[in-house]
Amino acid sequence: MERHEYDVVVIGAGGAGLRAAIEARQQGKRTAIVCKSLFGKAHTVMAEGGAAAAMGNVNPDDNWMVHFRDTMRGGKFLNNWRMAELHAKEAPDRVWELEAWGALFDRTRDGKISQRNFGGHEYPRLAHVGDRTGLELIRTLQQRVVALQQEDYALHGDYEAYIKVFAECTVTRLLKDGDAISGAFGYWRETGKFILFDTPAVVLATGGIGKSYVVTSNSWEYTGDGHALALLAGANLINMEFIQFHPTGMVWPPSVRGILVTESVRGDGGVLRNSLGERFMFNYVPDVFKDKYATSEEEGDRWYTDQANNRRPPELLPRDEVARAINSEVKAGRGSPQGGVFLDVSSRLPAAEIIKRLPSMHHQFKELADVDITKEPMQVGPTCHYIMGGVEVDADTGAASVPGLFAAGEVSGGMHGSNRLGGNSLSDLLVFGRRAGAGAAAYVDGLAKRPVVTGVEEAMAEAVAPLERASGENPYDVHHELQRTMNELVGIIRKSAEIEEALDVVEKLKERAKNTASTGGKIYNPGWHLAIDLRNMLLVSECVAKAALLREESRGGHTRDDYPVMSAGWRRKLLVCSTPPDGAEVTVVEREQPSMRDDLLTLFDRGELAKYLTEEEMAEYDAALAGPLAAQKRES
Amino acid sequence: MGYKAKFRVWRGEGGDGKLEDFTVEVNEGEVVLDVIHRLQATQAPDLAVRWNCKAGKCGSCSMEINGKPRLGCMTRMSTFEESDTITVTPMRTFPVIKDLVCDVSFNYQKAREIPSFTPPSDVRPGEYRMQQIDVERSQEFRKCIECFMCNNVCHVIRDHEENKTNFAGPRFLMRIAELDMHPYDVADRKDAAQEEHGLGYCNITKCCTEVCPEHIKITDNALIPMKERVVDRKYDPLVWLGNKIFRR
Repeated sequence: MERHEYDVVVIGAGGAGLRAAIEARQQGKRTAIVCKSLFGKAHTVMAEGGAAAAMGNVNPDDNWMVHFRDTMRGGKFLNNWRMAELHAKEAPDRVWELEAWGALFDRTRDGKISQRNFGGHEYPRLAHVGDRTGLELIRTLQQRVVALQQEDYALHGDYEAYIKVFAECTVTRLLKDGDAISGAFGYWRETGKFILFDTPAVVLATGGIGKSYVVTSNSWEYTGDGHALALLAGANLINMEFIQFHPTGMVWPPSVRGILVTESVRGDGGVLRNSLGERFMFNYVPDVFKDKYATSEEEGDRWYTDQANNRRPPELLPRDEVARAINSEVKAGRGSPQGGVFLDVSSRLPAAEIIKRLPSMHHQFKELADVDITKEPMQVGPTCHYIMGGVEVDADTGAASVPGLFAAGEVSGGMHGSNRLGGNSLSDLLVFGRRAGAGAAAYVDGLAKRPVVTGVEEAMAEAVAPLERASGENPYDVHHELQRTMNELVGIIRKSAEIEEALDVVEKLKERAKNTASTGGKIYNPGWHLAIDLRNMLLVSECVAKAALLREESRGGHTRDDYPVMSAGWRRKLLVCSTPPDGAEVTVVEREQPSMRDDLLTLFDRGELAKYLTEEEMAEYDAALAGPLAAQKRES
Repeated sequence: MGYKAKFRVWRGEGGDGKLEDFTVEVNEGEVVLDVIHRLQATQAPDLAVRWNCKAGKCGSCSMEINGKPRLGCMTRMSTFEESDTITVTPMRTFPVIKDLVCDVSFNYQKAREIPSFTPPSDVRPGEYRMQQIDVERSQEFRKCIECFMCNNVCHVIRDHEENKTNFAGPRFLMRIAELDMHPYDVADRKDAAQEEHGLGYCNITKCCTEVCPEHIKITDNALIPMKERVVDRKYDPLVWLGNKIFRR
């Protein structure tokens, strides 16, 4: 079997993975990037709107503290506040760095990086390139990897001396030496041959879990691989009940149902209407956001040109609020003919401006749905888009509880709390991709000796099993049933009986998945690949359902029909998932979230905090406000 | 409004293979890639095809549909008659691994041979100032989703394997143009474009522009201007004279 020795192995080649690999290599570590698709095809290319960074190029009042507050509000204060702090502080540097690597963002008149409005962000904050920002990000990072390879070629005569991409290669197991990571086992998709990485450090950057749902904006790669690999290696997952349903996915034609319609449509002036022609979002502004959003269409419209004297239109509420509102309108019978609501930009901007600002939306609707968005409204509805939950990590280093294991980007948990703001994902993966790469490099420096690889035989047997069974379940059928179950029973609105039913189905599917048979050989065999991915999708689905059943409140990306109210008591609790090494059953336990540092706590008004925090926590706030730190702040 | 369509799909590994006939259900609004996925789920579970985003943004599902290079995810079934037989084959210019999946490593090798973005040494991150009008030229080329269909269709390598070593293909000649037009790039790329990456092989038949799913005007906006820049340098009589005088 093919065997490679590396200092750091990064699994996933989206924004987080590439940024982590670049950092590890820049710190002198021999680094491998392992990805399921071709290099440069990762799901990051689908990000449209932009990367949130408080550079203050468009509105000079913006700074990291405003960004931090917006992020915490968006996540309903469940966020890991240290991550939200680091993210808000470091995002501008990470965006500027891309420019030095060749990225070409859209510009302001004075030649700086332009920034656009987005849901939940107080000021125009998203660095962007039209509506294809993710592509710019991935291409820039890809080209940075190539630039480093060219440096290595000049020095060592080998492009791959210090950083190598293993494309179309899937990792199925992390290997350990005692408690610590010692390697990764996988197979080449092209040949079906097995491959072993001997490495003391693994950075997971595998993205999300959307392929457990039917209606999703996610690609086939999003099968929860990193989440499952971490669980099986003994790490914890947190916040798995929080899934973001993006409010605006395409609803027609059926084959493209779920494909993303960027939030930039609303950021640039687009409005949501029901079948009666009403801008219904004005009826859905929750109490916690009442003083921050416009109460009339006129005020909302004025805001686009005068932000100092007007409040934002409610179409720009955080995504969880907008998704629930659309869901309610459709359920009340005020939906569009094809089961969504209307998103209209045609009556709001001149056609040429729409094509300039939203070129890929224009293209996508024209080619796939015969709709010209400069002339008529789009029909849109919620789609499974992003999981806030993921591997529990140390904010500063990205380290998981298993020594040698790191995670960054969507596969990690905590940063976004119960709901992620649009634009905070691209900046998240840059900030924490870099930190995880640096964390892994530092960990390797501190090791006295290399750990020894074990468990290869077992990993091999597990991977080859579906091919060796002569007859059994069709993996495509098992996958479709899982997707339908999660979509219908653990979707945007949840209740205990339905979640319990979903858990019963998942148990049965786990048995069926153990008995899948894949016809054909080992060379590029999608049926076999899917059979292997099923284990991961089932594991993460079990985590999502079990955590969703336990959390008896509604918050962000978790809405319970039977517990419709947000509870300050639940805000302090994280739900932590773990499994034994065979993944037989997921256990979920409650853990208390640490209190916010005083200097961060006092960035908020008392009135706002009181909407989220318990009385006991408010006493801590009052104490902090009376303390010396706050006195200093008042003076400055 | 579902119907049964007739599909002929290339099946086989490496250099061996043949077209196989399928009859498969098609529903309203579907694209060719949906039908390929239905074949996988119901009739040919090991049928190999690359895909990711299914929205024309990642450039993975390049294939030849009735002989024309297309993205499977952006080719609507409604563009065909129900009675048509639809033939789906892998890209012809690259070696086939299996079924519709090709070995596209040629493209990644070429990408590595183009010197990277070279900014001036005295500009720090955060200090870049560029006007929108100046970045737009390169931005057009950065819309490229690397589907590699321009390289697939280019006759310089489609019909002449022997040219592959000396020709980067439209994709990467466009990359050179992109960098040459970048307001902050200081590298001199003109001689290399001509001498190392084969710009001179291009005789502007515009096949690449025709197949580009992003509608990038590869020939008009990248390759021809790049040729002009090279010509200005190489054959400008003043430059020629200057070289004669000052290189002595």
